[in-house]
Amino acid sequence: MFTLKERTSGFYVDWLVLVCYLLLLAFGWISVCGASHEYGDTDFFALTTRSGKQLLWIAFSFGLAFMLLMTDEKYFDSLAFPLYLGMMLLLLLTPLFAGNIKGSHSWIKFGNVMSLQPAEFAKSITALALAKVLSQFGFDLRRREHFLQAAGVVFLPVLLIILQRETGTALVYLSFFLVFYREGMTGSILFAVAAAVVYFVVGLGYADIVLPGTTAYVGEYVVLVLIWLFAIILLRRFVPTERIKLMLFWGILLTLGTYLLSWLTGGFDVSVVQLLMLLVLVLYLVWQGLGLRGRAYYYIASFVVGSVAFLYASDVLMNHVLASHQKERVAVLIGTESNVTAGGYNVHQSMIAIGSGGLSGKGFMNGTQTKLKYVPEQDTDFIFCTVGEEQGFIGTILVLFGFLTLILRLIYLAERQTTAFGRIYGYCVASILLFHIAVNIGMVIGLMPVIGIPLPFFSYGGSSLWGFTILLFIFLRLDAIDRHRVH
Amino acid sequence: MDRKTDSRTGRMYVVCAIAIAVVLIYALRLFFLQIVDTDYKLTADSNAFRRDIIYPSRGLISDRNDSLLVYNEPSYTIMVQMMEQHGVDTLAFCRAVGISRADYIARMEEIKDTEKNPHYSRYRPQVFMSGLSQEEYARIREKSFQFKGFYFEQRSTRVYGGSVGAHVLGDVGEVSVNDLGRDFYYQSGDIIGKLGVERSYEKELRGEKGVRIMMRDVRGRTLGPYKDGLYDTNPVAGKDIKLTIDIELQALAERLLEGKLGAIVAIEPETGEILCLASSPTFDPRRMTGSERAKYTATLQKDLRRPMFNRAVMGTYPPGSTFKPTQGLIGLQEQIISPSTSFPCAGGFHFKGLHLKCHGHASPLSIVPAIATSCNAFFCWNLYRMFGNRSRYASQREAMTRWKDHLVAMGYGYRLGIDLPGEARGMIPNADYYDKYLHKWGPLSVISISIGQGEVTATPLQICNLAATIANRGWFKTPHIVHEIKGGTLNPKFSVQHRTLVDPMYYRYIVAGMRAAVTGGTCRAANLPGLAVCGKTGTAQNRGVDHSAFMGFAPMDKPKIAVAVYVENGGFGAEYGVPIGKLIMERYLYGKLSEEAEHQATVMQHRHITYQLK
Repeated sequence: MFTLKERTSGFYVDWLVLVCYLLLLAFGWISVCGASHEYGDTDFFALTTRSGKQLLWIAFSFGLAFMLLMTDEKYFDSLAFPLYLGMMLLLLLTPLFAGNIKGSHSWIKFGNVMSLQPAEFAKSITALALAKVLSQFGFDLRRREHFLQAAGVVFLPVLLIILQRETGTALVYLSFFLVFYREGMTGSILFAVAAAVVYFVVGLGYADIVLPGTTAYVGEYVVLVLIWLFAIILLRRFVPTERIKLMLFWGILLTLGTYLLSWLTGGFDVSVVQLLMLLVLVLYLVWQGLGLRGRAYYYIASFVVGSVAFLYASDVLMNHVLASHQKERVAVLIGTESNVTAGGYNVHQSMIAIGSGGLSGKGFMNGTQTKLKYVPEQDTDFIFCTVGEEQGFIGTILVLFGFLTLILRLIYLAERQTTAFGRIYGYCVASILLFHIAVNIGMVIGLMPVIGIPLPFFSYGGSSLWGFTILLFIFLRLDAIDRHRVH
Repeated sequence: MDRKTDSRTGRMYVVCAIAIAVVLIYALRLFFLQIVDTDYKLTADSNAFRRDIIYPSRGLISDRNDSLLVYNEPSYTIMVQMMEQHGVDTLAFCRAVGISRADYIARMEEIKDTEKNPHYSRYRPQVFMSGLSQEEYARIREKSFQFKGFYFEQRSTRVYGGSVGAHVLGDVGEVSVNDLGRDFYYQSGDIIGKLGVERSYEKELRGEKGVRIMMRDVRGRTLGPYKDGLYDTNPVAGKDIKLTIDIELQALAERLLEGKLGAIVAIEPETGEILCLASSPTFDPRRMTGSERAKYTATLQKDLRRPMFNRAVMGTYPPGSTFKPTQGLIGLQEQIISPSTSFPCAGGFHFKGLHLKCHGHASPLSIVPAIATSCNAFFCWNLYRMFGNRSRYASQREAMTRWKDHLVAMGYGYRLGIDLPGEARGMIPNADYYDKYLHKWGPLSVISISIGQGEVTATPLQICNLAATIANRGWFKTPHIVHEIKGGTLNPKFSVQHRTLVDPMYYRYIVAGMRAAVTGGTCRAANLPGLAVCGKTGTAQNRGVDHSAFMGFAPMDKPKIAVAVYVENGGFGAEYGVPIGKLIMERYLYGKLSEEAEHQATVMQHRHITYQLK
């Protein structure tokens, strides 16, 4: 016999996460109402309207959440691999019997009633499989074969989803690298990825602007200076502080000196000097490596060489490899293409919509930009525009901090887990949400490229809503059992 | 193992820091987007709203007896929205509208041509055809359900009730670029008064436009009023105007001027109200509307007789003998002459080799018979004495200035300020003028100004105003054409009495002279039984045939009408001026023309003058 206390603790669910979830869902539904209703009709509950359908999807989500909270947690563990394999098979087969919706082959139609996007559900199943793999006894991400094994689990669905032409959804899987980092992957990989993004954005974004007083291009020059700085930062753990200071001093003196000289002599390509500086640095590192037999020197040297190669490769990629629409998206992202009627149109219109909201917004249903269809995808990928326009700065800040609270709470809960499986899965949930929010909101406010991924709990659509609900409530169930175990 | 777990737990803070950093950066970005930068708000407004202008109905115009002269009639415009217009039976449509298939195709091409129609959009209605009458509209309306994508829009056109009064009423047309620059009320394509009262009272007649704010989507499709019209403003209808004109008198005046160049002006002396103001040739105001306007205006502008030129207020003519009363008044006031001063006239003014002819009459004569017989010599002597009078004026210059001041006070030399556009000021020379053009001059070199010749010119309106001033014995009110603005106030300047510099007592000699002219002088033909008519003829010398002029008022006591007639190249004043002036006064004072007078009017109507126009 269970005591009453035991019985209720079996129903435990983290209230903060649940409240965040419900509030975001409610706010999301209001935004869908504001964004999707046709001008003049006000029946939000009719099932013919988007808002009415979304309400139905929300009701289904509650059912799903309840079912997951009732599920025996052992199934999550034991079924992780079979589910993963089944999902991969489904992803593989999807393009075969999926129609073409806006160039994407990821939707399975069930008659005329509804269509589901398996890729949305693949996220939580991949997270389960990853948690299973990483929680194996003795698994170490710093061992190459283990790392490749884990990366394989992530990249298999990425590959299959790319085949469906859902590049945006595929990119979400990059968020698992944050989990890898937490689980012991060396930080330099994360650092390298971050550095690559910076090089790409700065290097291409300012590729055509000439640095005043020289004949060098700003993008190239700044990236070369950054590479040198990053290298020094990486070096500081292996070289005495005095020598680091000396290197910094001479490096800055040389950089400023050549710039001044260029200014006085009427201009020359100062980037060449920066390249020579990096060459000297690499030669020094190789010499150090040979003398001290330290592998770190070689790593840093290869970081420098790799960075420079990446800088020039991205230029080649941009100008010779990418298709025009891809190039356009990249160009819009880094701000080189200011043509508002072409690729920048969506972002421009969404920024007008958000900017016009002001402090307190135009009020529910009064948004003119979103409602009048100036903003594309107004109730799906660009739903955040409606929040910005109708609820203003107050609304956008509330949503941002609502998501932040949810993510931080999830990280806290993940760290609290007694099992590695639970912790890893919790990090997966937090990372996926963070990625979605960062990319989706970043896109809408013009800080990120236009990548078509939904805003969790806000964007219209059953698949994404159910996907996120399943993702979240599996973890809440794991957490509930863990609490039960602790007590 | 423990240390390892710790370092990994430390990574939790890195992940948290990433999440917090992302949110903070985005919050900052949103702060700039939504709070700091106001550009986006403005862009959003012009993006999503369309301002529909609602045009007010233009004020109506009626005459002094409340007969309606100008009003509005609904006219219909067929609009087409290309996006919705397909599958229409073109032939049936053409038949209903009354155009050929070729017209239809040509018009459609024209609409789609973005060079001719720069604001073309498939989503916005475009004008297909405008100016449809109510009957035409009714006929097409029946079948309009078949013609998807075609809409009707109601606008209004100006309707002129009759063929008379074109110069007074004026017309309306599309605003010019100049008007657009002057007044920000107008937008390209708006209607504005171009001539006559339509122009001078444009602000009263036009009313105020209303605005309806409509929401539109990205394709320009209209979705309905913004906030159910909370920010809309209703149009204010234009004010109706009642003219001082008696339209029947106006019709008679225009009839009498047929086939002649000239003008007739009649004023009610007590109020300064203009009873009729005719200029010949004139044009048909009914043809100055709609699509015909441009063509008609072009032909009018090519006409050498200049029918659009309002001679009554724009034409400047030598006033001739109608000017003599002013000279008599100045002489009397300045005590150059007394009512009994007589001057000899031996067939004219002969002095120091200057010869100015006069016609036969008794000699010598004083002011009253001099007016009655229109003696040239009398007024020449009068001016000669004045300009040479060194006991009264320090110099000839001072005398000249005094002379000019008198005439300006009588309404000459400057615009009277009538409420019609384009008034001319005429010409009263001053000493500076002669210094400049004659260098050395004396009374004899300028003597012809004393008989309304030479440099002196005046508009028919100024001549009539003189008649009104004499009728009032020394004052006038600024002549005006509008009696009342319904719901508005008339310019107060029209009720101000302007006094001349001449003592009212001197006027009775002039009145006596003008009365004598009718009873036994130059304008006997102006005599009306039972009414004491006063008159003064004018025969203005000209390069060609003399201009025929008449100025008069009636009755002598408590005058009701003052009239001026000016017929270009009409010869003696008695030839055209007197009979026309008489008919006008008769019509106005009796309310109708006697049978005999009607016959005279018909004869006058058909007496045409042949002009050599270049």
